[in-house]
Amino acid sequence: MSKQAQHWEKTRGLLMVTLAIWFVFSIGIFLFGAEMNEVTGPFGYPLTYWFTCQGSLGIFVILIFWFANRQEKIDEEFGFSERGDD
Amino acid sequence: MIKGNFIDNLPKVYGIYTGGFLAFIIIMAIAEQMGMSAKAIGICFVAFTVAIYAIIGYLSRTAQADAYYVAGRQVPTVFNGMATAADWMSGASFVAMAGGIYFKGYGYMALLVGWTGGYVLVASLLAPYLRKFGCYTVPDFIGTRYGGNLSRLMAVIVLTVASFTYVTAQINATGTIASVALDIPFQYAVYVGLISILLCSMLGGMRGVTWTQVAQYIVLIIAYLLPVFWISNKIGAGFFPHFMLADEVSRIAELEAQFGFVKNSAENLKEVPKGLAGITKAHSAVNATPWAFISLALAMMMGTASLPHVMMRYFTTPSVKAARKSVGWSLFFIFLLYSSAPMLATLSKLSLMDPTLSTGIIGKSVAEVQAIDWYQNWNQANLMFISDFNGNGTVELNEFFMGGKAVVLATPEIAGLPYVISGLVAAGGMAAAMSTADGLILAIANALSHDLYYKIIDPKAETAKRLVVARVLLVVIGFAGATIAAMEIQGILGSVIWAFDFAMSGLFFPLVLGVWWKRANKEGAIAGMALGLISGAGYLIWVRSGGSGFLGITQLTFGIFGSAVSLVAMVVVSLITAEPNAATQKMVDEVRVPSGKSILGKQH
Repeated sequence: MSKQAQHWEKTRGLLMVTLAIWFVFSIGIFLFGAEMNEVTGPFGYPLTYWFTCQGSLGIFVILIFWFANRQEKIDEEFGFSERGDD
Repeated sequence: MIKGNFIDNLPKVYGIYTGGFLAFIIIMAIAEQMGMSAKAIGICFVAFTVAIYAIIGYLSRTAQADAYYVAGRQVPTVFNGMATAADWMSGASFVAMAGGIYFKGYGYMALLVGWTGGYVLVASLLAPYLRKFGCYTVPDFIGTRYGGNLSRLMAVIVLTVASFTYVTAQINATGTIASVALDIPFQYAVYVGLISILLCSMLGGMRGVTWTQVAQYIVLIIAYLLPVFWISNKIGAGFFPHFMLADEVSRIAELEAQFGFVKNSAENLKEVPKGLAGITKAHSAVNATPWAFISLALAMMMGTASLPHVMMRYFTTPSVKAARKSVGWSLFFIFLLYSSAPMLATLSKLSLMDPTLSTGIIGKSVAEVQAIDWYQNWNQANLMFISDFNGNGTVELNEFFMGGKAVVLATPEIAGLPYVISGLVAAGGMAAAMSTADGLILAIANALSHDLYYKIIDPKAETAKRLVVARVLLVVIGFAGATIAAMEIQGILGSVIWAFDFAMSGLFFPLVLGVWWKRANKEGAIAGMALGLISGAGYLIWVRSGGSGFLGITQLTFGIFGSAVSLVAMVVVSLITAEPNAATQKMVDEVRVPSGKSILGKQH
């Protein structure tokens, strides 16, 4: 397999993991919104309520930075990262 | 004071700017103590901030195509994040979001999840690849990836429909704020708002818009967070509201159970002025079905990843790597405001509802509430109303009505904060609406001038002429938007949500598959864009004219139907027509790696 094909395979793998995490916190947990809200979440808020106003939102922020770092590692591994800094 | 390259000095420049703005707030606070009138304070806030944006717009003037279209591709990640956040958070986010949460609770909070979760799709599926492509506009990508003028034209049409729906709402919002702060009739205020918007973008294009948006973000985030923290401390709810309002949230649930949600008769509701609502839904309980919540969130997420004015912000970063990081920063800056909106809604509701607080009005006598200063002010502004339906002389939960905007605009006054805060909030709302309107008008004008005029009509046009055309279009589109806004056809929030649905119907799959599916070809993309937009719009018209809809898809989520049609059409048509030629396939391969030259040259 060419270097480029390997790079793309890893990139696609990372995409799948990222989208899976995204799916859980944007769609998955809200299938059980009513049940989850009975549980007390962080800082004492009802759990579903906490996810809608802080939890999911914060997880998305962290997820994007994590994704960006992983993708940079993949690019470096195959020598496809850009020259120069940002 | 400032030496050397502007880009290297950004932190210093905006540091001084932020300090200056804080000093301005303090001066206004002192002026208020010395007897300056509320009206004068409002005018000073709006005039001062708009003047600053205009100066930045003037200093960013340019005669170069890449500076005009993509700010010279040298905007650092963090600053691009701030600019995107301002671009993103519209007048609706700023003025109406806390109100929506206040009245509708959980069902509405799907918008919070949708408008943030969409950025995961932007970062992972699109932004870095479109940055590598090196395009000036979103149709530029579609036109080059799929080839042919028809695909480019279709993309321009979808972009224009979605962005224009959105921009009228934003000009409407600038008009509303300008008319309140400057005390002039709405019909004129709309044009005052428009001129302020054009001052930022006309001379400098994307470069001007970028640096004014950073300035606008700083104003709007201070204007949103300062009152939230202040009110929370003032009523003793905790010094850091985001982590400390659990008791208040459960207290509201307790009061809801105590008062009960009494349903008003249709006859009684006729008395209530249009646009005002009462508290009829639980604050923190789950009050929507899973599908109602998820479908709205999903539509907003896919819409986020298809809206051109957001996507084009990531064309301005220096590298592909920077584009990815920049999406993270954008969402971080958006998170600061979005996570505060539910806290503001909680504080606002509790201070009105709780009879044990001095600001609480439920349970007080009607005559007593009607004598309160702030009630009289906001009642006059048609944003508050009480009526003694059951004739017992006290205000019940179902007898108090408020406009959605009042949660942001009136809460500081209800909680007894000085007027200077209300002036600050007006400046913040103006910044939010202006920055989004600028991004949208620029997206439309750039698509028309670059893709329609330069790429399709007159490919030999000189740069100078192209930029004249771009600026003329900017003014024309702005005036068209303002004229429609002045007619006041739709509400602000409804048309914002429609814009997301239009964008996802026509553009989501043609953009995503353009990168992720090599087999996607021109015929497929054209079918996907055309049928997606037509079926989405058709569904909207059908439901609006009394149709029952299906699968629980409403007029707010019609994009789910449109994009599904778009996906099927695109896949089927691509597979029954010839696969893209070798050059196109090679182009897709190159887009997928960050290193190497961009597909389109620096000047094109």
